[in-house]
Amino acid sequence: MNTELVLFGVFAVMTLVSAGLVITARSPINSAMALVSTFFFLAGIYVLLWAHTVAVMQVLVYAGAIMVLFLFVIMLLNLGEAAHRGRPTVTRILGGASAFGLLAVLAVTLGRTQALPAQMSAEVQGKFGTMAAIGESIFTTWLLPFEAVSLLLLVAMVGAVVVAKSRI
Amino acid sequence: MVPITYYLLLAAALFCMGMFGVLVRTNALVVFMCVELMLNAVNLTFLAFARMHGALGGGPNAVFGVGHVSAFFVIAVAAAEAAIGLAIVIAVFRSRGSVNVDDIRTMKH
Repeated sequence: MNTELVLFGVFAVMTLVSAGLVITARSPINSAMALVSTFFFLAGIYVLLWAHTVAVMQVLVYAGAIMVLFLFVIMLLNLGEAAHRGRPTVTRILGGASAFGLLAVLAVTLGRTQALPAQMSAEVQGKFGTMAAIGESIFTTWLLPFEAVSLLLLVAMVGAVVVAKSRI
Repeated sequence: MVPITYYLLLAAALFCMGMFGVLVRTNALVVFMCVELMLNAVNLTFLAFARMHGALGGGPNAVFGVGHVSAFFVIAVAAAEAAIGLAIVIAVFRSRGSVNVDDIRTMKH
């Protein structure tokens, strides 16, 4: 048993437990808190994949900004526990079953594949997943998509104000 | 060294849990949280494949870290989606007084 496998096991189990709490919690605030812990454990998994920059962004953007947005909306709407569970309609039962079906298909397919992490030279290993390498990639090869994303964020910002404001 | 398959299996499980939540839960906010779960599963897949391929098959900056850049873009799009989605939830709550997806059926015929 090596340390990496043990860490992966701990983070994976905690991620799945937190995700299970997100979808089973009765009150939205409990769901939101479970989602925060899911994001933190996922950031740990990202670090195990040598993606430490993305892990930091995950904590800053997801666990920080997006979850604050969620909590503010829950607070504004003053949502308590759901008075009644959703009725088990046919669509709902079929939807839940199809999620399990997709999981079974994916598990069987992925169980047959063998994929190992790449062996990297010392030079590549030193650059992999660093802010410098990702920044270089973004500002050379992916410059146009990056600018498109900034435009998208601007549109989302204006759109959110227009949609949520009662009178303009 | 942990096989990439384990990471992909974890991502598949996370995606299916998110999908289950989206299809089964009635609270619109929880549905949004489950969408975030699915987006995170996709991110995990991108990063797992980036680790699987390393920097092979690319020039000095051609495809280096393309998985990480994709994950970055997914995070940015998720932020935009959350802002717009929550604004819509607030607008719907203001006009109907409920965020239950069963009550929102004006466009259903």
